Amino acid sequence: MIRLAYYPGCTLKDQAKGFEDSAHLVAGALGLELVELQRWTCCGTVHSLATDDVMHQLAPIRNLLRAQEMKGEGLVDDDRLVTLCAMCYNTLKRANSVFQEDEERREKIVEIMTKEEHQYQGRVKVVHLLEVLRGLGWQRVREAVKKPLEGLRVAPYYGCLLLRPRGVGLDDTDNPTIMENMVQALGGEVVDFPYKQKCCGSYQTVHMPETVSELAHRILSQAQEMGAELLVTACPLCEYNLGRMQDRIARRHPGFQPIPVIYFTQLMALAFGLGPGEAGFSPNTPDPTPLLEERGLLEG
Amino acid sequence: MLTFKSQQLGFNPDQRSFKERVEELSGENLDLCFQCGACSGGCPMTQEMDLLPSKVIRMAQLGLEEVLESTTIWTCMTCFSCEVRCPRGIDVANVMEALRQLVLRRKYNRVSLDELSPEELRTLPQIALISNQRKLTA
Repeated sequence: MIRLAYYPGCTLKDQAKGFEDSAHLVAGALGLELVELQRWTCCGTVHSLATDDVMHQLAPIRNLLRAQEMKGEGLVDDDRLVTLCAMCYNTLKRANSVFQEDEERREKIVEIMTKEEHQYQGRVKVVHLLEVLRGLGWQRVREAVKKPLEGLRVAPYYGCLLLRPRGVGLDDTDNPTIMENMVQALGGEVVDFPYKQKCCGSYQTVHMPETVSELAHRILSQAQEMGAELLVTACPLCEYNLGRMQDRIARRHPGFQPIPVIYFTQLMALAFGLGPGEAGFSPNTPDPTPLLEERGLLEG
Repeated sequence: MLTFKSQQLGFNPDQRSFKERVEELSGENLDLCFQCGACSGGCPMTQEMDLLPSKVIRMAQLGLEEVLESTTIWTCMTCFSCEVRCPRGIDVANVMEALRQLVLRRKYNRVSLDELSPEELRTLPQIALISNQRKLTA
C-alpha cells in the first residue's frame, strides 16, 4: 500500500459523500491508501485572482502545511496531496504556486502564520486522483476491472477547473484525454462531445438558476445527441448543476430526457465490481440504477 | 441597458490612474489587447452581459471608470475560457476580478443569502454557496 495524504473538502463530506466513498474503494483496489489530512479546513473553493490578496491564500496554505506535517510524522509516503474535487484541486494548487513563485506574498504569509508550529516549506505537490491513476498507468486500472463496462456509452465532462487556466490544469486544455483513457480502461465506450469543457454555470447557480439551467441543458443535450447514456464528472458543483437542474430543464424544454451524472470514481468502483460505495448516488442526479442494473453493473 | 457618459476613443490622461489600478490589481497589461474578440466569442455567459468581455477590456484600457457599472463583471463566472483563448496572453478573468474587487472593496455586496428560500438553502451544496459569496460579496 502506498499511503497518500488526502484532502476531502467541504462538499465531499455532505452531498458528494458518494464521491469520497467510491474514491476510497477505487484507491484500495489499486494499492493506494488515501489518508485524510488531520485538522483540514475549507480551501476557500475559489482562488483569489487579485495580485494583492494574501488573506485568502492562508486557508489553502495551512492545509498544505498539514500535509507537510503528515509527511514529517511518517504517516504518508511522499509529498503528494491528493484531491478529488476540481475546485479544491485548483485552489490548493494555485495557492501553492503563489507561495512558491511570489516572494512578496510568501514573506507576508510566513509572517502572518507565526502561531503555527512549523513553517510551510513549499514542497507539497497538489495532485488530482486522476493524475495519480495516470501515473500508475491505465494498464493497472484495466487489470482491476471485474465487470467491463461493455457497450456503456459514457461522456466525460471536464468543466473548467480541472483544465484551466493554462499551466494549472491537469491535462491538455484544448484536447484533454485523461478521463477518456479512464473510461477506455474500464471497457466503456467514450462519447466525445464539443461541450465537455464548457462551464456549467458554476457559482452563478445560487442567484441565476434559470441561466445555469440553460447552460446545463446545452451541455447535457449535446452529450445525448452524440449518444451518451451517462456523464461522469470530477466536481461536486458540476454534478449539482448538471444533475439538479434537470427538473427545471424538463419544465422548460418538453421532450428533454433525463440523463444520470455520476462521479468518475463511482464508475470505476462499478467496473471493479465493488458497487457504488456506501453512500450511493447523490441526491442531485436522475437515478442511474435502472441503466446500471440493465447492464448488470450493480449486482454483486 | 447602461449608457456610458464618455464613449470617446481617445485616451484622456485624467483616466490614467484608473487604468493603472486595474493593471496593478489584475497583474495584466491591458495594452496588449487588440480587440480580436476571441474572449467574447468563447464566453458562455454573454447572453446575460450588457457589455461583451472584449468591450470591458477596451473600456479599462481607456481608463473609463464607468465600466464598473457594467453587469458583465458580475455575470463572469471565472471559467477561464477567455484566458485560454486570448492570443495576446491576457488573463481576462483576472481583469474581471480586479474590476469586481474595486467595487467590493467599497463594502458592496452584489448578492445576499437572504434572497434565498429555505428550500434553496437546504439543497445548495456548500461548494456553491461559499464560492458565490467569495466572488460576489465584500
